[in-house]
Amino acid sequence: MKNKIKIAINWAGACGGCDVAILDLEEKVFDITSIADIVYWPVAMDFKRKDLFDYDDKSIDITLFNGMIRTSEHKEDAQLLRKKSKVMIAFGSCACFGGIPGMANFTDKKGVFDCSYKDTASSFNPDNIFPEINVKKKSGTLTLPSFQNHVNTLDQVVDVDYFVPGCPPTYDIILKAVTIIAGYADNGDLPKKGTIIAGKNALCSECRRNNSMTSKVIEKIVRPHEKMIDPDICFLEQGIICMGPFTRSGCGSTCIDANMPCRGCFGPAENQYDQGTEAMSTFGSAVTTGQDDYIVRGEMLRPVNSIKDPLGTFYRFSLPNAIINKNMKDGK
Amino acid sequence: MSKKITISPITRLEGHGKIDIMLDDDGNVTDSYFQVVELRGFEKFCQGRPVEELPRIMPKICGVCPGAHHMASSKACDAVYNIEIPKAAENLRRLFYNAHMSHSHLLHFFALAAPDFVPGFDAEPGKRNILGLIEVLGLDTGKQVMKIRGYAQKIQSIIAGHAIHPVSSIPGGLSKPITKDQRDEIKKMSLEMREFAGVSIQLFKDLILANDKYKDMILSDTYIHKTYYMGMVDDNGKIDFYDGDIRVVDPMGEEFVEFKPENYLDHIAERVEPWTYLKFPYLKNVGWKGRVDGKESGIYRVNSLARLNASTGMSTALAQEAYEEFYSFFNTTIVHNTLAFHWARLIENLYACEEIVRLSHDDDIINPDVRVIPTETPGEGIGVVEAPRGTLYHHYKTDANGIVTDVNLIVATAQNNAGMDMSVRRAAKNLIKNGASDDAILDQIEMAFRAYDPCLACATHAMPGKMPMEVSILQNGQKIRSMKRK
Repeated sequence: MKNKIKIAINWAGACGGCDVAILDLEEKVFDITSIADIVYWPVAMDFKRKDLFDYDDKSIDITLFNGMIRTSEHKEDAQLLRKKSKVMIAFGSCACFGGIPGMANFTDKKGVFDCSYKDTASSFNPDNIFPEINVKKKSGTLTLPSFQNHVNTLDQVVDVDYFVPGCPPTYDIILKAVTIIAGYADNGDLPKKGTIIAGKNALCSECRRNNSMTSKVIEKIVRPHEKMIDPDICFLEQGIICMGPFTRSGCGSTCIDANMPCRGCFGPAENQYDQGTEAMSTFGSAVTTGQDDYIVRGEMLRPVNSIKDPLGTFYRFSLPNAIINKNMKDGK
Repeated sequence: MSKKITISPITRLEGHGKIDIMLDDDGNVTDSYFQVVELRGFEKFCQGRPVEELPRIMPKICGVCPGAHHMASSKACDAVYNIEIPKAAENLRRLFYNAHMSHSHLLHFFALAAPDFVPGFDAEPGKRNILGLIEVLGLDTGKQVMKIRGYAQKIQSIIAGHAIHPVSSIPGGLSKPITKDQRDEIKKMSLEMREFAGVSIQLFKDLILANDKYKDMILSDTYIHKTYYMGMVDDNGKIDFYDGDIRVVDPMGEEFVEFKPENYLDHIAERVEPWTYLKFPYLKNVGWKGRVDGKESGIYRVNSLARLNASTGMSTALAQEAYEEFYSFFNTTIVHNTLAFHWARLIENLYACEEIVRLSHDDDIINPDVRVIPTETPGEGIGVVEAPRGTLYHHYKTDANGIVTDVNLIVATAQNNAGMDMSVRRAAKNLIKNGASDDAILDQIEMAFRAYDPCLACATHAMPGKMPMEVSILQNGQKIRSMKRK
């Protein structure tokens, strides 16, 4: 029998959903453990960070890294695992694009701290105490990892070989990744660097509501709780913002099938540069009063402006990766 | 020279944390700190979002209990719009939610907690995980655990689109009903789940209670703290995960207060300490007296054991039997034994499965009337559920367009922050003598917090979220040793 390969699974700024998604493979988990030894997995196993330091460089075959990068510890873990691993996979939307916590990039550390530790209704903090990196106590110094001003994606911090998107990656997508890992265990084969392990086209290409789509304009934006949603008709046809046209396929349309619109967790589709700008540019022209010929600018803007939250709608999972970020970091 | 022991990362829990233990010159414990080392800032970045999107955003606080945040958030949204959801929608949400509790409790017991008992805290660390457990119980039992927990996930995904990060619950109800075929599938799974819930309790009795070494541990003073307890109860004082009043009992087991969830700010405040990213909630009307237990200290505990203590029992037959057996084992009406959280969790799982059977067998569960459209101007709303790890508060304020202006979250694990910190300290003081600390001792210290099933992912919603654990030993301010596990 061939030697088993070594896999590490790590979480950084994450919710744990990516780890649970692996457990949700159920019996297929044993397919992984039959070809691989899991040498580091903090959520489920008792190996400690010290163990990682002891491994030789490149002695771990594959690291599945989930979560975004916000603290000094996240960054150190990413750098350490990169050094110890032959292959680094960004696993899940947070590692790939920053994910939901990436929305915090519209503010900074101070904004987050003031809100969490002072302004929230149940916080009682008259002395303005905030977490600190070093706190001296009689018996010794207590340390915390530092908190950066912004969220980073994994590939903004270390070199990444492959991307597995999804919040969390779905069953089929994870199996696809497992097949790749099995191929590697078998004969050392790997796909082209930078491959995104998911579909290629926009989600609409696999959506079963696709044939209800017409090319007409959207005259009025409706929010999902404001109307009874027809389960067979394209959300955009019903005036409900759906990120399907700007989002990579491969998720199995689970949200759509639950009668809720796509919010973009698989990131931009192939050949789309930036999810948010693609969406804004499209809706900028598609959401109109529907008059033929010539529309005065003020008329056209009105329905578009009823989209109350462009940032949280178009960049819900990808703000740290967005081109507007650069401006934001420069202070708007 | 005094010493500090650091355990990092602490493992088999959801999130990132570490433990520092301080020793005096003789190598005995003087103090310890349970630290949560990250934060993500949900309360901040949810400002500016349309409130109806929060039930889809909040679950991302935690991938282990996304269902709890989905429910608390939906209930808060209902309240923001002052809307009552149809009975069929409530039943469907309850069915979803009990499946969620079952998934989480089974996951914690088998994957995270049980390995401390089977193969045991003194087994080699590489075996102390679910795979090591399965080596003892056999692959068939292992596969059974996976299958049944898979059922709990399946039921959630049938109702809400996906178990990890559900989407279907919105202000006014649910985006879709379930079909008859789906209902039949749930019915079938529910019976197997209920049966396995009974098997799980039996496994606990056979493998843990019947072993004197573990029984003594459970009863040991090392794992006891006398605190207040909080839990949600129905009109009869029985445990209810989805809705009800909040009941708090004092360390003697007497009712301290029962309040409506929307009045939570009259009863709970949160303290900030500079050495951890996680706040310390406490009972306002008792006050913060430091990290100590007893009737004079406002520290309270939540999660399974707390719910059992705060309630008068279970509303289902089999779980009620298990509840009575639990209290007669300890021969008391209030149980302070921290390791009993595990047993209580399995009793709650049985209750959840009985509820799944009941709800899925009711023909009304396929009633398509699961939504009403909100018509009132949105404003302020509070939604509370019992998350697997304890009472969960979501509190939103919006402008007249339903755009969020303020969010306050008190998550389950934060409310056990002080409890975990105290439990770790007591275990360390009792177990580390004259500097002697081996791997088995450190694991027994980790067991003190693991009983709470801490979810540091949840806890760090306001933080940059992370918590595997690290233990450091310090003496005279110098780190003399970090724990290495081999």
